[in-house]
Amino acid sequence: MRVPVSWLKEHLELSDDVTTEALVDAFVRIGIEVEGVEPLGTVTGPLVIGRVVEIEELTEFKKPIRYCRVEVGDADLDEADDDADSDDDTADAAAGEDAEEVDPTRPRTNGIICGASNFAEGDLVVVALPGAVLPGDFTISARKTYGRVSEGMICSARELGLGEDHTGILVLPSGTASPGDDAREVLDLDDTVLELAPTPDRGYALSIRGLSRELACALDVPLGDPAKIEVPEAEGEAWPVHIEDPEGCRRFVLRRVTGLDAGAPTPWWMRRRLLLSGMRSISLAVDVTNYVMLELGHPLHAFDTGSIKGDLVVRRARQGEKLVTLDDAERALDPDDVVIADDSGVISLAGTMGGASTEISTDSTDVLLEAAHWDPPSISRTARRHKLFSEAAKRFERFTDPQLCAVAVERAARLLRQYGEGSIRPGRTDVGEVPPTPAITMPINLPDRVAGVRYERGVTVSRLTQIGCKVAVGTGDDGTALVTAVPPSWRGDLAQPADLVEEVLRLEGYDSIPSTLPPAPAGRGLTETQRRRRTVSRALAEAGYVEVLPFPFVPASVWDAFGLPADDARRRGLTVRNPLEADKNQLATSLLPGLLETLQRNISRGFRDLALFHIGQVVLPGEGRAAAPDPGVAARPSDEDLAALERAVPDQPQHVAVVLTGQRRRSGWWGDGETANWADAVQAARTIAEAGGVELHTEAADLPPWHPGRCARLLVGDVAVGHAGELHPKVVEALGLPKRTVAMELDLDAVPLRDSRPAPSISPFPPVLLDVALVTDAEVPSADLAASLREGAGELIEDVTLFDTYTGEQVGEGKRSLAYKLRFRAPDRTLTVEEATQARDAAVAAAAERFGAVLRG
Amino acid sequence: MSEAFDKQESPQVDPLASEKLDAAVKAAEEEFAAAADLDALAGVKPAHLGDQAPLSLARREIGSLPKERKAEAGKRVNEARQTVQAAYDARLAALQAERDERVLRDEAVDVTLPWDRVPRGARHPITTIAERVADVFVGMGYEVAEGPELEAEWFNFDALNFGKDHPARQLQDTFYVGDDDSNLVLRTHTSPVQARALLHRDLPVYIVCPGRTFRTDELDSTHTPVFHQVEGLAVDKGITMAHLKGTLDAFARAIFGEESGTRFRPHFFPFTEPSAEVDVWFPEKKGGAGWVEWGGCGMVNPNVLRACGVDPEVYSGFAFGMGLERTLQFRNGIPDMRDMVEGDVRFTLPFGTEA
Repeated sequence: MRVPVSWLKEHLELSDDVTTEALVDAFVRIGIEVEGVEPLGTVTGPLVIGRVVEIEELTEFKKPIRYCRVEVGDADLDEADDDADSDDDTADAAAGEDAEEVDPTRPRTNGIICGASNFAEGDLVVVALPGAVLPGDFTISARKTYGRVSEGMICSARELGLGEDHTGILVLPSGTASPGDDAREVLDLDDTVLELAPTPDRGYALSIRGLSRELACALDVPLGDPAKIEVPEAEGEAWPVHIEDPEGCRRFVLRRVTGLDAGAPTPWWMRRRLLLSGMRSISLAVDVTNYVMLELGHPLHAFDTGSIKGDLVVRRARQGEKLVTLDDAERALDPDDVVIADDSGVISLAGTMGGASTEISTDSTDVLLEAAHWDPPSISRTARRHKLFSEAAKRFERFTDPQLCAVAVERAARLLRQYGEGSIRPGRTDVGEVPPTPAITMPINLPDRVAGVRYERGVTVSRLTQIGCKVAVGTGDDGTALVTAVPPSWRGDLAQPADLVEEVLRLEGYDSIPSTLPPAPAGRGLTETQRRRRTVSRALAEAGYVEVLPFPFVPASVWDAFGLPADDARRRGLTVRNPLEADKNQLATSLLPGLLETLQRNISRGFRDLALFHIGQVVLPGEGRAAAPDPGVAARPSDEDLAALERAVPDQPQHVAVVLTGQRRRSGWWGDGETANWADAVQAARTIAEAGGVELHTEAADLPPWHPGRCARLLVGDVAVGHAGELHPKVVEALGLPKRTVAMELDLDAVPLRDSRPAPSISPFPPVLLDVALVTDAEVPSADLAASLREGAGELIEDVTLFDTYTGEQVGEGKRSLAYKLRFRAPDRTLTVEEATQARDAAVAAAAERFGAVLRG
Repeated sequence: MSEAFDKQESPQVDPLASEKLDAAVKAAEEEFAAAADLDALAGVKPAHLGDQAPLSLARREIGSLPKERKAEAGKRVNEARQTVQAAYDARLAALQAERDERVLRDEAVDVTLPWDRVPRGARHPITTIAERVADVFVGMGYEVAEGPELEAEWFNFDALNFGKDHPARQLQDTFYVGDDDSNLVLRTHTSPVQARALLHRDLPVYIVCPGRTFRTDELDSTHTPVFHQVEGLAVDKGITMAHLKGTLDAFARAIFGEESGTRFRPHFFPFTEPSAEVDVWFPEKKGGAGWVEWGGCGMVNPNVLRACGVDPEVYSGFAFGMGLERTLQFRNGIPDMRDMVEGDVRFTLPFGTEA
């Protein structure tokens, strides 16, 4: 909310030396955010009030231009000439001539070119004479333009730094001032506008009344409440009204003003405040409703009485009803919308925007002023449903003071009487019932206990009184000193002791709260899972992988590119109902799409050798899950409800994935590099398993998006935890990836945590090393063959390492030779070669038995 | 050389004559000294220390001498022989040292050549700062709590005292997932983890919750729809706002240095009452040390405690939360939020494994 400081100060008994900075500090200290401090722009040089004497329309230009004679009083033009830019000799000469022609018996006029046309002869305007400098360092000089000499400029509000209105020049109501008066004084340009953003719980602070009260509390000065207006007894009703929806509308007040001078101008002081608050002046009636809203915080609506047909009814909209609102948009209403209707149907979207059919126009002389208390959540829903975030809706959804309805209407009616010569009709409609605000009782030292501060005696009572509570002090059954506060009618946010505590603490100042540490108990440190995740992350980084954090949003089409069959579970990711990018509306069931997209981004930026990893949650398909129940918030949900809530949330295991392309080991001056291949992807999984202290083994698998012949299933024990290998050439092609891109993904949560790591027993005796080369069918997996050797070798085997593979003529078609180094060692003695050879033979025999392996000669 | 050898072999000379012995010693010393390398030294060694060397021959002659001359002649020959051997050893040692030095010199390399055959990778600074924050709180006795990113609305909103019509629930701010009636959202903060912790853990609860969160902000230089938060929660008997201040001051000092600290400004959050925004004193702030907006905090709203089964008459608590992207952005001077999101390796690599 934009607020001129001069307006804020009007209701406060402040000494003159209180600076704007002091007010800003006070606001910040008590929790009103100050988003901007804008002193009105500085104007120097001659800025005067002028009266337009004569208008000559110049028609030879592309747009309408006016050449005006403007009476500017006795401003000293000679001096102005000296100050003016004198590059343009013609202009100087012409100005000089004009000056000589002045008839001393007639008021002095200046010729001024103006591009606006919202004024007439006789109007009072603001003129910047040559030599004046307007905000933004805009220097005015006499100059020749549109074929005339222009001796100054007629200003718009924006050019003067008075808000953003640039729809025409500023025309002041007649009688505001006289030609030649110093406009700086008339316009009161020595002011500052504050842009304030009260938190959404403080609806009352969206007004001069509320903000002044906040300052009064912060600075401990008396406040003159602008809402303290006597509301006279009324005679009868202003108009018949029926509230059919008491939940949506607690109170509805109407007052009628007739005989209004439709053309009466808005007084300058009011327009100025509206301008500085960022509102355009429309007409007296509209300006008055806006002014009262800014001043008191209660939005008002003005109906054109003549357009209303029959009694008014407040109710919810009916299915299919429509309304053309003030902005000329036709809106289909929702049965949840609270509306005001007459015999013709809906005429207003309550609290949000009025209807076009009863809008007051420039010739309305009979208006009905409405102030009502609307249900904040209803207004909030309606505003969002129709995307109508009006100033009124903003206040109603944050709670307005239900006791203010009659006051606000009275204030507006009086302003219309004073400035529009209207007469206030004796009747007033005031229907509905406002329940009394419940009292809140709490220990009087609760603020001390919450803050951890010993406040001075009486602080709780004095602060609560200051914000407008009716406060009583008492004693509880157990002797506790209690305070009972009835919150003021404008504070819908005060509902429990904690709310009152906050008021005391913030007004006493958060900076008075000391800094002490709580007595936390000894913690247990990170969990095994958390420590393993860190270890895995570090291991991958040390192994050359760069961590990236892609978003979890993927397009459904990626699964086609992955070549997933129609029934693949990964296709059944959940859908985001309101995605930022319409096509990326699936929650990822795999980390690979995001990683591959990031890989491509890096490639497009000129990188070829890349190794990326991501550790993150994926969301598994949630089909068959019941919707989450709503157990309410009054107390802990029942165990059943809690279990149902937790069951409704899909499984989201922690995955780890890597993608690689280009050279894994770089080429360089040392020689050739090595291109990343399927084995690097498997190795990444091994790195992860080792980081977790478990052994990983692999078996051949065929799972898209991997290459059917180069895909390994990753197993820990019997549990499959993921896959690794080269991507399918078709996937590589469909996604536009570099050839032979490889990838690995595993479910880290599925990898069992190692619960103990017993120390090995280290034999000090020397080993016996023996090599064997075995020929088997080429399909026999090397890992299985190694396992059979290990099993067959018995207890003496310490290590089995594959050191060579061979296929070719020497071993025959369909066969493969695998060469292993076997290391034997006894725990308690030096092993003899004979013992080792026996064990080796047993190992070979086992391999022969299981896989038909033949010792290669 | 062989010419000289032949000359010395000459049998006409009395090998035991003093002048002969002296000459043999001198000749040996000169030739050893002249040997330029180990090979040359090895080449001349037999001529002076070999079986046919003058001194070896002279020793053999001793046997044929009369008894009374034997001792004296033997002594002279031995002395001569020791002198020659010493000359040889000295030269050998010198030449070996020279060779060793040359070999090392020849093996010298250009140590500025690169050797990044498998360059080191890096961890994302968001990950490492989250760990660092967690460690600070673990050091204060907290435990790290985690939870699902896709959440039931009840945990994300209801339990945290967001009214059914609270604006933050609107589609403009929250990603809704699944059918209309699924009641699932991508968590808008890590606070649902706090609710779960209060429901499942024994009191007192001191937890810190780092994690990924989601809001429907378009990606730009200061916003990202997917971001990370760290939140903390302490619920115990007698917890005060002074404890909150002390905890955040300690946190600020751990992350921003000993000079740092925090300042509270009153604010509004549904889940805390009283609430505050937290500014942190940042000594390295661009343009000079100053306050920087950091996060939100407050005393846990009794409504939240009740919804999670904690008696607000007995227990009180505080909670706080900060954006990790924002923290990193001002702490490390990251000009554009998108740098943290896009996964360009040039952004992450310089961070190594610690932020």
